Formats: sequence, C-alpha cells, structure tokens
Amino acid sequence: MRSTTPVVLFTAAVLAAGSLTGCGSGSGADRNTVKVAFIKDTNNRVKVRDDYVALVARQFEKANPGKKVKLIPVQASENDYYTKIQQMMRSPKTAPDLVYEDTFLISSDIRAGLLRPLDPYLKSWDDWRQFEPSAKAAARGQDGRTYGVPDGTDTRGLWFNRTVFAKAGLPADWHPRTWDEVLDAARTVKRKVPGVIPLNVFTGKGAGEAAVMQGFEMLLYGTGPDQLYDPTAKKWVTGTRGFKDSLRFLDTVYREKLGPEVSDALSPNIQTNVAAELLPEQKLAIDLDGSWLGQQWQKTGGAPWPQWARTLGQAPFPTQAGAPPGRVSLAGGWTWSIPARAPQPALGWKLIETFQSKANAREWCTRGAQLAVRKDVAADPRYLTSVPGIGFFTQLVAVSRYRPALPEYRQVAAAIGEATEAVTAGDATPEQAAARYDDTVRSLTGGAVVAKP
Amino acid sequence: MTRRLLRWSPLAPATVLLVLFLAGPVGYCGYLAVTDTQLTGQESASFVGLANFRHALADPEFRNAVLLTLVFTVVSALLGQNTLGLALAGLLRRASRPVRTVTGAVVITAWVLPEIVAGFLLYTFFERRGTLNAVLAWLHLPTQDWLFTLPILAVSFANVWRGTAFSMLVYSAALAEIPQEVTESAEVDGAGGLRRLWHITLPMIRRSIGTNLMLNTLQTLSVFGLIWALTRGGPGNRSQTLPVFMYDQAFVKSLIGYGTAVALLLLVVGALFSAVYLRLLREEV
Repeated sequence: MRSTTPVVLFTAAVLAAGSLTGCGSGSGADRNTVKVAFIKDTNNRVKVRDDYVALVARQFEKANPGKKVKLIPVQASENDYYTKIQQMMRSPKTAPDLVYEDTFLISSDIRAGLLRPLDPYLKSWDDWRQFEPSAKAAARGQDGRTYGVPDGTDTRGLWFNRTVFAKAGLPADWHPRTWDEVLDAARTVKRKVPGVIPLNVFTGKGAGEAAVMQGFEMLLYGTGPDQLYDPTAKKWVTGTRGFKDSLRFLDTVYREKLGPEVSDALSPNIQTNVAAELLPEQKLAIDLDGSWLGQQWQKTGGAPWPQWARTLGQAPFPTQAGAPPGRVSLAGGWTWSIPARAPQPALGWKLIETFQSKANAREWCTRGAQLAVRKDVAADPRYLTSVPGIGFFTQLVAVSRYRPALPEYRQVAAAIGEATEAVTAGDATPEQAAARYDDTVRSLTGGAVVAKP
Repeated sequence: MTRRLLRWSPLAPATVLLVLFLAGPVGYCGYLAVTDTQLTGQESASFVGLANFRHALADPEFRNAVLLTLVFTVVSALLGQNTLGLALAGLLRRASRPVRTVTGAVVITAWVLPEIVAGFLLYTFFERRGTLNAVLAWLHLPTQDWLFTLPILAVSFANVWRGTAFSMLVYSAALAEIPQEVTESAEVDGAGGLRRLWHITLPMIRRSIGTNLMLNTLQTLSVFGLIWALTRGGPGNRSQTLPVFMYDQAFVKSLIGYGTAVALLLLVVGALFSAVYLRLLREEV
C-alpha cells in the first residue's frame, strides 16, 4: 500500500491544480483568428442564431483570406449566459473578440469595465447613419460613449381579436387614443361577449420582466416624460403621479374583472397560456404584448394557427390622456460588442461590419423574427412582407423607448414587479404599493433619488 | 511520528479534496456574506461587516420567510411526511403482497421523480382547472384556487406527497427489526393496537424516529424547486420560504452578498433543529 501513496498524492495534486486553474493553457493570441461568443438556445432544435452566425462567419473568411472565425456558442439560459461571458471577459486569455450582449444588462458590463467603447470605429463607418436614433442610444454608456451595435429590436402594442370585436360591436380598425378608451372597449366586451377575457395586461412577479416591461412600463411611459429615471439629474425618480396612476390602471383591470382570473394572471405560466391557448382559442379579446407573438403561430412555431393574420388586429398602445406622440412602445434587443480585453479588437470590429451589412441585417431580421434597427432594412419590401404585422411593429421603433440602461435597473424592475403583484393580488392599494416601491428604490440607490410629485 | 504521518497519508487526497470542494465554498460563502458583492454592475465590492445580517434581521420580508419556513417544515416534514410514512409502513406490514407492491411502487415513484418534474405534476393537480378541483366538483364539494388562497399549505402538501416515501422506507426497516416475540407476548397480555403502538412499537423505533425527523427536516428546509415551480413564492410573498427568498435576493435582485448572508442564516435554522433532535436521540439511550 505504502508504495502507491506517492502516486495517489501526485494524482490528487495534479487534479486539484488542474481544477483550480480552470485547466487554462492560454490559447494565446493567434493573430489570424477572431473569436465570437454568442448565446445558443437551450432547445437543441432551435438553430436560428447558430446558422446565421455560421453563415456570416463563412462570408467573413471568404472576404478576408487567411483569417479564421472561431465560434463560441454558449448553450445556456439568458441569466447563465450572462454570468458565463462576464467570466470570459475578465481575462485576456479567455476574452472573445466579439460578444453578443443583451441591451437590458449591458450597462452592468460597461460599469464593470468589461467592454470597449466603439466610437473611434463608428466615426468612420457610414452605415451607422442608417441606425434609428433610439437604437443607437440602447448601448450608450453613462459616459456618453457607445459600447455596442444593435442587430435588431422588438416593440410592444395591443393585439385584438376582430371576431370578438365584431360580436361586441367594436370597430375592426380599432385605434384607442387614451387609457379610458382601452378600458371602455374592454368593458364593452365584458358586457356583450360573456366568456371571453376582455383584456390582458401582464402583471406580478410570475411573468417576470414581461410584466414589468410589456405591462407596467407601457403604462408608465405614457404618463409623462422621465417617470422612472431622470437623465438630467442622473437619479431614479420616486413619488410620481404617473406611477400611482399606472398601478391604478392595473387595479381597475383586475378589480373590475376585465383581465384574466387574478390567480392565472399571477401564475408563472401566464405568458405561455396567453400565446398558446387564450389567443388562438379566441378566449381573449385584447392583449398588450410584444411584436414577436406571431412567431408562435407560424407553421414552424409552437402552436400553429394559420388564421391568426386575419383574426388578429394590431393597435398602438395610447398614452394616458392622448398626449403626443399618442403612442407608447418599449424596445429591447441585443448588440454586438467588443470586450475591453479582446486580443483582436480590430478584427472584431470588421466582423461587426459584416454582421451589420444591409444584406446580413435583413437576413437576420427575417430569420430571427427581429425588428429592423436600420432604416434601409425597415423600408425593404422583402423584410416588410416576411411576417404579417411586421410593418405595424416596425413603425413603432421610431417612438420606442429603451429601459434605463443602468446597473440598478434589474433591482428597480424587481421592485416594480412586487408593486404590481401587491396591487393585483389585493394585498395593497396603489398608493401603498407605490410608497413601498419608493422606499425600496431609495434604499437600493443609497437615497440618491428625486421626488417628482 | 513519521510512522504516524505515513499512516495518515492515504487519507491526504480525500482531505485535500474535501477542503477544496467543501470547506472552500463554505468559507467563500462566509466571505461573501460580509461584503456587498453584487452579481453585475459593480466595479469592486467592499467589506461591510455584519451589515447584511443586521439588514436581514430588520427586514420584514426575511422574518416573513422565516415564519413560512417554519410552517412549511412543521406541516410537511414533522406532521406530514413523518406520520404518514409511519402509518404507511405499519399498514403495509399487514397488507397482502400485491397491495404492498403497488402502494410501495406508487409512493416511491413520487420520491424518485426529479423535484422540478414533481413540481409541474403537482401544479396541474392544484391548479384552478386542475385535477383536485375536478374531483371536488364531481363530489359536489366547494372548489377553490388552492395555489392562490392557501399557497403555503398547497406547497406543504406537495412536499408531503413527494417526501413520504423516504419516511416509509426508514420506518419499514425499523418495524422489521422489532422482534416478533415482543409484539406477540404483548398481544397475549391483552394489549390493544393503540397500546402496543404507544408502549412497544414507538419506544423501540425511537432512534429511527429521531434520525428520520432530522433528515426530513434538513431536506425540507432546503426545498426550492418544488415551491418555485408551484408558486414562485407568491402570490405576494405568501409562500416565500427562506430558500426562495434567498434566490430572489441573490439572483433576481443581484445582491449576492445579502443572499449568502441569508443562506448562512438558513444554515443556523437547520443547525438549531438538528441540535434539538440530537438532544432527543441522546436521552433515550
């Protein structure tokens, strides 16, 4: 036995050393290879992004003889993907040259110093003028510099069922101008078409960020400017009338039973239920939801429903009292960014240019059911006819607002989710929930807030 | 001295691995708990001492979570899994072979199912249009939305459903150990069923009861997936036990430092329970 001890010890030491150092034999800087990290869907059958990235990589290699693109697909849920690339970006040994970032969370990486400002490259890139101003702002840091090139976006609006509307005597070209008109239409449906849920607005913690963005913020952003964050004061905003009014709207919807059963609305499965059951089974008249909904009902989607293009209409969501511009939408999306520690930033930029050439941008928008952020793609007839309704949602890009791209946003969003849940469940009045939100925001920003009654 | 060292040396690799992979993370946890580390969006974390713990103890949501954790543990582990497991084990001893096989298979299936799968199954059971309400309606009994009106009881019952098999197995083994003669002589002396249970069976399996209670409790304290799938701690925070609260703070709100502090407090709760059980175990020997 004793004679084997050294062997065992040695093996253990090697194992330990290997796992401690993350088995990192630095692949070093191969000057002809550009590394791209991107998210791979957890569902192995979904290959839309993988295929598109590979296509662009082949194009790049052809156009730049001698250069190689190394793809690093990270198969993970969005949260895990984020953690993973943050770890990769920390060290020059593992940092990719190009990384796919969600605009919702990019600010954290900017604050942590993981990304490289792209302004020097953007200055000499003609195509940048084609990008919608709101999309350009999506990846702008608090220092005013830009850290990513967006490759698409999404918008939000009202989907309504024309068949149900006909039964209720409501117009087929419905176009509400105020919150009250939306509620009135819902009340009419409730009166005249029993058995149909009049209006769905996502709420509570179960639906997660969907409730915060598609639900609450669609309301809040229609109550006046800077209701969430004041960019001039650089502070989060508390105590607004708009915040309470938005909660009151939710309260009205669920108290008057215009929405789904409260327990269903707060269930974690509400998003799937709406898209896969309530809408296709004609059990829901109006849904405040995202531009991507149609994907689900295509032949290749999760719940094929060929008639949807004729049955469902779309209307922009109005501002509270019809104040200009009269329509509200929020936008999300992803960007291509270059890590601060990327070994080959120049090659990374070249690859971004390839990704965001007009032809490739159009290819991605039609393949990935994304809304175009380039004006020339948005006007392209081939793009506009790729999915029904895409024209309508693309129009909204111009009025769309992005969420405050700030590191605290996630926690603020969580506090909003809690406020909507408390109101919807009947645990608090809108005033109480708003007061609790104010307290939370004050504590998580260390008191750096402005009150705007 | 050298001899002694050499004798210990075969244990060295195991010790090294234990220190690396067990003590290491625990120590790291302790370190995180005294900092204000966040998941993202922070240039550097700083040392905050016991601020996270003070914050937790003053946080009404944390106290709510502790209370719900106690309810969940007492109802599902102590009352539910434990008693039901004992009852099943006792009944199955008398049951015919086919009954025993079928019941055992069903109960154990619930146990071997992954937590998240069990969660989704039970969701379809408790849901407003789910099986439970369908059965109640068929019996002309009033139905209600269990996950909404009684969320903490619903998740407790879910945990009973899932965890009873473990107690059943422990008690089956314990009951099999009781010598037949003891029971028989008690019967001859005219002791009824209840009496035999109280004066013979329970005292003889006391050790197993203690062990089972301890394991059940520790397992139940850390239940996360089941509650997450059923209610996500909601509605409001009416089923937010400590593990769910901890996840919410650490990963939804990015407050890793605070989340780890809560995790350590959960460890304290577990340790308190264990201390009580160990005490009970020692007394009866």
